[in-house]
Amino acid sequence: MINADSSPRQPYSTYHQWYASQDRNRLIAKSKEAEKIFRKTGITFAVYGHADSSEKLIPFDLIPRIISGREWRRLAQGIEQRVIALNAFLDDIYHKQEIIRAGRIPRELIERNDAFLPQMIGFRPPGGVYTHIVGTDIVRTGEDQYYVLEDNARTPSGVSYMLENRETMMQMFPELFHQNRVRPVENYPNLLRQSLASLAPAGCNGKPRVAVLTPGIYNSAFYEHAFLADMMGVELVEGSDLRVIDGRVKMRTTRGYEAIDVLYRRVDDDFLDPLTFRPDSALGIPGIMDVYRAGNITIANAPGTGIADDKAIYSYMPEIVEFYTGRKPLLENVPTWRCSEPKSLAYVLEHLAELVVKEVHGSGGYGMLVGPTATKKECAAFAEKLKSRPGNYIAQPTLSLSTVPIMVNKGIAPRHVDLRPYVLVSDKVQIIPGGLTRVALKEGSLVVNSSQGGGTKDTWVLED
Amino acid sequence: MLGRTANGLYWMFRYIERAENSARLIDAGLRMSLTRSEATEDDWEGVLQSADVRELYDQVHEGLTSGDAIDFLLRDRANPSSVMSCIEAGRNNARMVRTALTRETWEAINECWIEMKGILARRAKTTDMPEIIDTIKRRAGLIRGAFHGTMLRNEIFNFSRIGTFIERADNTARILDVKYYVLLPAVSAVGSSMDNVQWESILRSVSAHRSYGWVYDAELRPANIADFLIANGRMPRSLAYCYDKLVSNLGYLAREYGERHAAHETAEQTLGLLRSQSIAEIMDQGLHQYLKEFINQNNRLGREISDGYRFYQ
Repeated sequence: MINADSSPRQPYSTYHQWYASQDRNRLIAKSKEAEKIFRKTGITFAVYGHADSSEKLIPFDLIPRIISGREWRRLAQGIEQRVIALNAFLDDIYHKQEIIRAGRIPRELIERNDAFLPQMIGFRPPGGVYTHIVGTDIVRTGEDQYYVLEDNARTPSGVSYMLENRETMMQMFPELFHQNRVRPVENYPNLLRQSLASLAPAGCNGKPRVAVLTPGIYNSAFYEHAFLADMMGVELVEGSDLRVIDGRVKMRTTRGYEAIDVLYRRVDDDFLDPLTFRPDSALGIPGIMDVYRAGNITIANAPGTGIADDKAIYSYMPEIVEFYTGRKPLLENVPTWRCSEPKSLAYVLEHLAELVVKEVHGSGGYGMLVGPTATKKECAAFAEKLKSRPGNYIAQPTLSLSTVPIMVNKGIAPRHVDLRPYVLVSDKVQIIPGGLTRVALKEGSLVVNSSQGGGTKDTWVLED
Repeated sequence: MLGRTANGLYWMFRYIERAENSARLIDAGLRMSLTRSEATEDDWEGVLQSADVRELYDQVHEGLTSGDAIDFLLRDRANPSSVMSCIEAGRNNARMVRTALTRETWEAINECWIEMKGILARRAKTTDMPEIIDTIKRRAGLIRGAFHGTMLRNEIFNFSRIGTFIERADNTARILDVKYYVLLPAVSAVGSSMDNVQWESILRSVSAHRSYGWVYDAELRPANIADFLIANGRMPRSLAYCYDKLVSNLGYLAREYGERHAAHETAEQTLGLLRSQSIAEIMDQGLHQYLKEFINQNNRLGREISDGYRFYQ
């Protein structure tokens, strides 16, 4: 928020004036009010492995993160380029595999990858869209300097927080939205529904029937699944509500079985169809992959998209973007060492205390090492893990992430953040101006995941 | 709508109704033990029977004391009809069918659950009981208000209402059946003070001790009490009122779906009987037998609705 010369940064100037005029006690009271709003609306998430804390709140910080319109436009161009490349990449590796033939990506990296689904080879989803919804994780290191951390091309979550954070801010501080021209994010559910409906199978007559597939009320993101279905005005279904009948996926309604045209699934590939993938899955629909391949249902995101956001593939993203768009990537990748390569492994082991090491398939901030904040003992233990399964890890330098202010007991204090804008892909690419800003609430921490004590804040993109 | 969603709505509202009913029974029980000098544990025997948990109680407790009975009805998770069990089950169903509810309705039930979980975390003191009962009633009122004020009048509304009235009819019939003997003509020939306490307790159990006076004269008479709770179409907890609502809600569904089920026949038939039979006739036939049959018929209607509209869990 503040420049080196202690003046507020340009996009924050109006907000900063407002903030300076506020009574601190009122803001503290507002902060508690926000928590109450979240609690009563049931905006909670579950933390795996904590039986007694089955419903937790993600801490909300009431100082918005503000991005200027100019900076956003550059960012959005970069994201669009990347998302187009991701879809082209997916279409290619499930068809001609030209990128492999051109020698840009090793064949075994694709074909030996669990996220690569042979069932998708030679199949093109309706509209040729693989990743209907993308949530690109981005960090900012300075003015106009952005790095992509992850592409999240499978089932990015958190969009309900983007919407609820905005809703809460508008309820608590309506005056701020008069003073600042903040671009709206509220129409996301409508855009999502339109976007999904526009990609219904070719044979669908009339208004496409859309449904959201959830693993159920015990899933950590159930709130979000219910919220999105509600906001879109579509049915929320579980695998047990669906059945394959006469070559269509149908749901059990109070009037009998009715067909679904587009399924926005929040269930992982592995669990989607027990006849094709994990036979022990109780969350999926037996036979849905046959219906899919016959072109009678759209699944969003398409099965097999995980190969595009795999952390090992990530390190090739600059090549991928260039290969399919013919241009240099507008957004930078974080330099990445693939521990599967002996030279990289040696470097990583030597510089462990400076690096962040992640599992290739990990998520949620679990199973990673943050070198600069880890103890010597932790580093040594992690080095052993690395040596025994080097292919399972990648390493990245710790970036000097920019910080944004949060409210703390003594006033405001800087904390590290990342940003996840949400992208909808249909015949066009739509990037919602805003996104989810996650904050590492612990002083000095770089880990923003909600399961590891991260919080969120409203994200403003200004109209300018 | 998913058959699972319809089922969830139906049960959500049955549980909310039952929670309120359990609270009302405790209230009536407390009142009775206050007004009677020779207060005995027998009063709680009747209350437990009205809640249909008498046998369950014995599985958990050695003997019958008012403290244990209140705790069992209020917060024991071993009792699926305790206020806390019902609120939790209602809220879990609400969470599952969340997309079918307005934000206001969901928040009302969720806040009810949050508050009651706090209040009922520990065994309640007798001195706190009036406030606790009051809170339950207020919270149930807020849920009802949010529901009526914000929900679309569509199938979601109808399935919710059907759950409410199936449960309410069952509750009222049970309350009457447990106390039917105090309403028998032979006993009531002379209205002793003891009878008066029992009669008032029945009315209190359905929150009708005031409204009774507006409809009948101030004097409590068994036939009038039975009439009020069974046949009076203006009394919101009477069997006739419940069936009037069941028939109209089922009627909306039949029109919207363009098909009728066995449930429609059953509900209309029961309503017809409730309207045509006089209370004297019912008393002549035998009140206990009448109520027993009603409860069975009401259960059958529940099953027919569940089958006709393809409910599942």
